[in-house]
Amino acid sequence: MLEAIALARPPMLAPTNLALQPGHVTGVIGPNGAGKTTLLRALAGLSRGPGRVLLDGAPLTPGPRTLAWLPASRDAVWPMTAATLVQLGLGPGAPPEPQAVAAALAACDASALANRAVNRLSTGERARVLLARAIVARPAWLLLDEPVANLDPGHRIDVMDLLATEADRGAGVVVALHDLDLARRCDRLLLLSDGTVVADGSPEQALTPDNLARYFGVRRDNHDWQRIVNVLLIGHVDGQSRSQAAADGQRPQPD
Amino acid sequence: MTVRLALLCLALAAASLAIGPVDLAAIWARDPDLARTLFVELRLPRTGLALAIGAGLGASGAAAQALLRNPLASPDVLGPSSGAALGAVLAGYFLGSGVIGMAIGGLAGAGAALALLLALVGRGAGTTRLVLAGVAVAMLIGVAINLALSLAPSPFALYDLMFWLMGSLDDRSLPQLALAAPLILAGIVLLVRSAPALDALALGEDVALSLGVARTAVQSRIIAGIALATGAGVAVAGSIGFIGLIVPHLVRPHVGHRPGAAVVPAALAGGALLTAADVAVRLLPAGIDLRLGVLTALIGAPFFIALVMRRD
Repeated sequence: MLEAIALARPPMLAPTNLALQPGHVTGVIGPNGAGKTTLLRALAGLSRGPGRVLLDGAPLTPGPRTLAWLPASRDAVWPMTAATLVQLGLGPGAPPEPQAVAAALAACDASALANRAVNRLSTGERARVLLARAIVARPAWLLLDEPVANLDPGHRIDVMDLLATEADRGAGVVVALHDLDLARRCDRLLLLSDGTVVADGSPEQALTPDNLARYFGVRRDNHDWQRIVNVLLIGHVDGQSRSQAAADGQRPQPD
Repeated sequence: MTVRLALLCLALAAASLAIGPVDLAAIWARDPDLARTLFVELRLPRTGLALAIGAGLGASGAAAQALLRNPLASPDVLGPSSGAALGAVLAGYFLGSGVIGMAIGGLAGAGAALALLLALVGRGAGTTRLVLAGVAVAMLIGVAINLALSLAPSPFALYDLMFWLMGSLDDRSLPQLALAAPLILAGIVLLVRSAPALDALALGEDVALSLGVARTAVQSRIIAGIALATGAGVAVAGSIGFIGLIVPHLVRPHVGHRPGAAVVPAALAGGALLTAADVAVRLLPAGIDLRLGVLTALIGAPFFIALVMRRD
């Protein structure tokens, strides 16, 4: 269990207490500037400030098998191959493990990129290689900042499937997302606003029409309102009748 | 590649020992003692210093580029080599232009620049702050050198110091080798030990931290290694530019562009390149007095321009 105790990074993050379970995908959502990255970096032990992070009751010590941090940045300075970059994810001075590297690249649909220079890849391709770097050591915790940004729709879904697979093998996954449609697939959502967790629960509990309006500024007089609610709260694959019923039942009163 | 570079260093060292203004073999036939003295007192320190200083510059360049995550960085941007030059110049004023005094002054200067840099940077600072602090220290020291030169007690002192600053291995002695080489070697050892961390830094500072790299310890160790490996060289030979900038680019493609893995080959290639350059300045016809530091810059500057142009 990964615990945050009075974890704060003023002014971006107010004191926060969290208990995150392994084997779950926890989504961190919120508008721009809500503190998603700040929360993830603090959980990863990458920033100094008040509060503590405990891993299974003990202070967090970083290491490739303990925790993987994937920053939102996609830059790569050195023109090394994707396989070389992924190998670095096994830790400083780790012996080469070509099979683990190949498996990680395959899991991110990046096998074809293995021998290409990372600085010559497209941003989306590089995003998949960097994700492979994060999972290669099979860390107990994955803290991922916007892993699906820059990806095409097919690869976005693939990555969400991959995160579910990682959680199934027992890893704890914490992922910042902007795509609320994908966020629906998380086991638990933390909704952040102004550095405070304002909703914490299942996607249905966190993504209420009220929260959409209040925290994401999705306006109810928007002519797409009904469609947005349908897509986000009920899901496009579900039947029309269910969405209609839910929309009728859940639609909040106008202000 | 490491083995081939080591053999190249040995071959160039042999050439450096064999080549000089006088024919040692001819002197050996007439006066073996004189030949031995010339060999031990002049050729050996010169060759040893070329290998050691070149290796220090090469390893420092690879480490600086990896630490700052910038292929256009050189060890000079962090300041210790400027500090060494200032220390040597000041020692030249106050202690006379004795070579050992200047070397000790240079070492003190490199240490002072290092201390200033670490004080400015503080604990576990990021790359940007490190670069800015290094540039500030180097600029401050550069101005101090100019001030010291403009206050030179006599035109001759000014001429001597200007010439010394250009970098040369002429007439270096065994005590200078004994003073500088162990320090340079210690610096290179620090950098080689940091190689895995330098590789991890290729993924960014945050990711390196999450992989278990201790930022404060690693940063201090790398900066201290660079200060030792370059400062000790400048203290005895003056400023020799561009080796630290270009050598890492020559070797990095051969280690899969892993910045940490390039440290050892860069040390060997730096030693080979500086030894070759030092042989070249001795092969020039008499009357053309091209300083070693000037020659490396003449070779290095076009290479650097080509590198910048090729980047986009």
